[in-house]
Amino acid sequence: MRSTYSVLVENNPGVLARVAGLFSRRGYNIDSLSVSRTDDPTVSRMTIVVEGEKVVLEQVTKQLRKLVDVIRVRDITDEPHVDRELVLIKVNADSGTRGDIMQIVEIFRGRIVDVGEYTSIVEVTGDEGKINAIENALKPFGIIELVRTGKVAMQRGTRTVLVED
Amino acid sequence: MRSEDMLTGGQILVECLKNEGVDVIFGYPGGAVLPIYDALYDSDILHVLTRHEQAAAHAADGYARATGRPGVCMATSGPGATNLVTGIATAAMDSVPMVAITGQVPTTLIGKDAFQEADITGITMPITKHNYLVRDVNDLPRIVKEAFYIATTGRPGPVLIDIPRDVSAGKTEYRDPGPIGLRGYMPRLAGEPAKVAAAAKLIAQARRPLIYAGGGVINSGAAEYLRKLAETIMAPVAVTLMGIGCFPGDHPLFLGMLGMHGARYTNYAVNECDLLLAIGVRFDDRVTGKVDSFASHAKVIHIDIDPAEFGKNVPVDISIAGDVRTVLVDLIKNLTCNPDPAWQEKIARWKKEYPLDYSREGLRPQAVIRELSDMLQGRQYRVTTEVGQNQMWAAQHFCITRPRSFISSGGLGTMGYGFPAAIGVQVACPDELVFDIAGDGSIQMNIQELTTAVNYELPVNVAILNNGYLGMVRQWQELFYNRRYSQTELTNPDFVKVAEAFGAEGLRVEKSAEIRPALEQAIASSKPVFLDFIVEREENVMPIVPPGEAISRMLG
Repeated sequence: MRSTYSVLVENNPGVLARVAGLFSRRGYNIDSLSVSRTDDPTVSRMTIVVEGEKVVLEQVTKQLRKLVDVIRVRDITDEPHVDRELVLIKVNADSGTRGDIMQIVEIFRGRIVDVGEYTSIVEVTGDEGKINAIENALKPFGIIELVRTGKVAMQRGTRTVLVED
Repeated sequence: MRSEDMLTGGQILVECLKNEGVDVIFGYPGGAVLPIYDALYDSDILHVLTRHEQAAAHAADGYARATGRPGVCMATSGPGATNLVTGIATAAMDSVPMVAITGQVPTTLIGKDAFQEADITGITMPITKHNYLVRDVNDLPRIVKEAFYIATTGRPGPVLIDIPRDVSAGKTEYRDPGPIGLRGYMPRLAGEPAKVAAAAKLIAQARRPLIYAGGGVINSGAAEYLRKLAETIMAPVAVTLMGIGCFPGDHPLFLGMLGMHGARYTNYAVNECDLLLAIGVRFDDRVTGKVDSFASHAKVIHIDIDPAEFGKNVPVDISIAGDVRTVLVDLIKNLTCNPDPAWQEKIARWKKEYPLDYSREGLRPQAVIRELSDMLQGRQYRVTTEVGQNQMWAAQHFCITRPRSFISSGGLGTMGYGFPAAIGVQVACPDELVFDIAGDGSIQMNIQELTTAVNYELPVNVAILNNGYLGMVRQWQELFYNRRYSQTELTNPDFVKVAEAFGAEGLRVEKSAEIRPALEQAIASSKPVFLDFIVEREENVMPIVPPGEAISRMLG
C-alpha cells in the first residue's frame, strides 16, 4: 500500500534530517519527499509518499507525531486531493527529431524550456501517471538526464492539513 | 544596555539551571565548555566530577530514576560529547528524564572538522527525545526551559543542548523567555472517557484478568492506583524489568517479572489469562517472546502516555492514550469485576509447583541476593544493577516493595551502568543504603568511578557476583552454542586490592556462611565497598525462554 502524507513542521535547521532519519532508522522506505517553506516562514510543509503495510504506515504517522518539530501529520491518501509532480527531461534532439519531440510535449501539455544543438530540455507537470507516460514516450529518442521533484499534494475543498470539514 | 547587566552564556545557563531547580550536575570539563565551568565556579550547584563522561550520564540517569527529577550531565565537545552517547541512549530506551549539556566548537568553526568537533546533535538525533544546537546566546533561556519541559513531560526522555564556545562565552542580558510555545508538542494527560468506559466494561466481563505493568507506572507516580486497581479486580500483577517496584514485591497478587526470565507461574498466567491489562509498558521482545503466542487467549487493554506504542508489537483491543495515573484514577471510579476463584487457585498451585528455586550447595549468586534482600527489608535502600545474569537474578530474587528503588538498564542493556548509576542514586539519596548488584564483567566497564565514590564520600556498596565469566553470554553459549565458550572466560584483577588501591574497602566472600557478615560489614562501613562474592562458576538464570519461542515454553 502506498500512502501520501502532508506534514507541517517547524522551519528549524535539521528538521529534514530528523524526519528522514526517522524513516531510515526504523526501516521505512520513502518513495518521495518534497519539502519547502509555506506562506508562513516559520512553517515548512512536506509531502511524503511511503510504501508499506497498514501497520507499518500507522507507525510512520505515530513516530512522525512524536517529533517535537512536527506540527501536524495528515494521511491524505483516501481524501480527495490534487497531486502534482514536476519533471525536467533532457532528451537527444536534432533537427530530425525535434519536431516529433515537440508534438509529444504538446500532447502532454508540457513545454520545451531549453534547446541546444543536439539536446532539448522538456518540462512537464502532472500526476505520477502522466509523468511516467511522457518519460516512456521520450525514451526512444534517448533520455540524457531526468529529474523529478517528487509529489506535492493538497486536499480539495475547504479541508486543509490543519482544518477538517 | 549597561555592561554590569550583561552575563556570559555560561552564567545565563547556570541561572537557567537554577530556575529549573537543578542542584547537581554530573560532568567532566574540557576546552569547549570552559565558559560554563567558569560560571559554575561561582555557583552553589554541586558538580560531581566523574572519571568518564559515560559515567556522568549514567549517574545523572540514576539520580533521575531515584528522584523522578531530571538528571543533568555535562561534557565538552567531540570525544566528551560522544562518550555521553551510551548514557543518553540508555536513558532514551528506558524513558528517563535527562538534560545533557555539551560544549561545541565556536560557531565559526562548525563544519570545518575543527579540533574536538563532533556533530553531536546529528549523532544523538535517534537517541534523544529532542536536541538543540544553540546558535545565539539570546536563545539560551528559551532552549533550556524547553529542554527541561520536553525531558520531563509526556513520555520522559533525554534532551541534549549543544552550546558552541562563542555562545557560552558571548555576553547578553538575561531575560526570562516567558511561556513555552511548542506547537508540535502537546502531551495528552487524560484518557478518552469513552475508551476508559469501554475498558471498564471489558474488565467486568473478564474471568481471568492479569495486569502487566511497567516503568510507565513508576514514571507517572501511579503505584498506589495500580495497587488499588489490582485489589479491586483481584488481578495478579506481572511486571517488566522496568516495572519492578511499581507493585509491592511482598503482595499476595504479585507475580514478579514476566518474559524471557520470568517465573514459570508468571508466564503460564500470561498464557492463560483472558484479559491482559497492559499499563505503562511497550511489549518489549524480551517480554513477549514469540509475538503470535503472547497472551493469545486474552483481550488486550493498553494504557500508555505514548500512542506510538499501541499496536507497535502486539495488536490491542482497547488503547487508552494518557498519563497512567490520570487514566487509572478515571478507570477505578467505575469498576466492577467478576473473576473466577479458580483463576487465583490455579496461579497459587503453579506458584507452589514451580517456585523460583536454586541449589543450596556452594556459594550461589541467588543466595547472595536473597540474603541482601532480607537484610534490607524495613530499611531505606535502593538497588541498582549491572547487566546480565546479575541483573536477572536480582530481578527474580530481590523483594522490592516501593517504586524507584530498583534501578536497572532495561531497554539498552548497558553493561557498566549500575555502578555510576548507584553513585547518582547515592547523591540523590544520601541517607539511604545503596547497593549495586554487579557481575565481574560489568563492573570492569566503569570501575574507574571508584575514585568518584571515594572523592565524594559516597558509601555505595557493590556486590560483585564473580563467576569468572561473562555469565549471561556463557549461559547462551552453553544452551545454544554447544558449550563453545568463545571469549567469555575472564581473567580478573583482585577486586579487593583494586578497591583498596582506590581508597575504598574490599571484602572477599567464598562461603555461603560468610555472606551475611560481609554484607553487615559493608552496610556498617562509611566507605564505598566492593564485595567480591566468588560464586559457583556455571550457575544459570532459570527459567529461560529460548529466543523466538513462546514465553510459555521455558527451559529450566
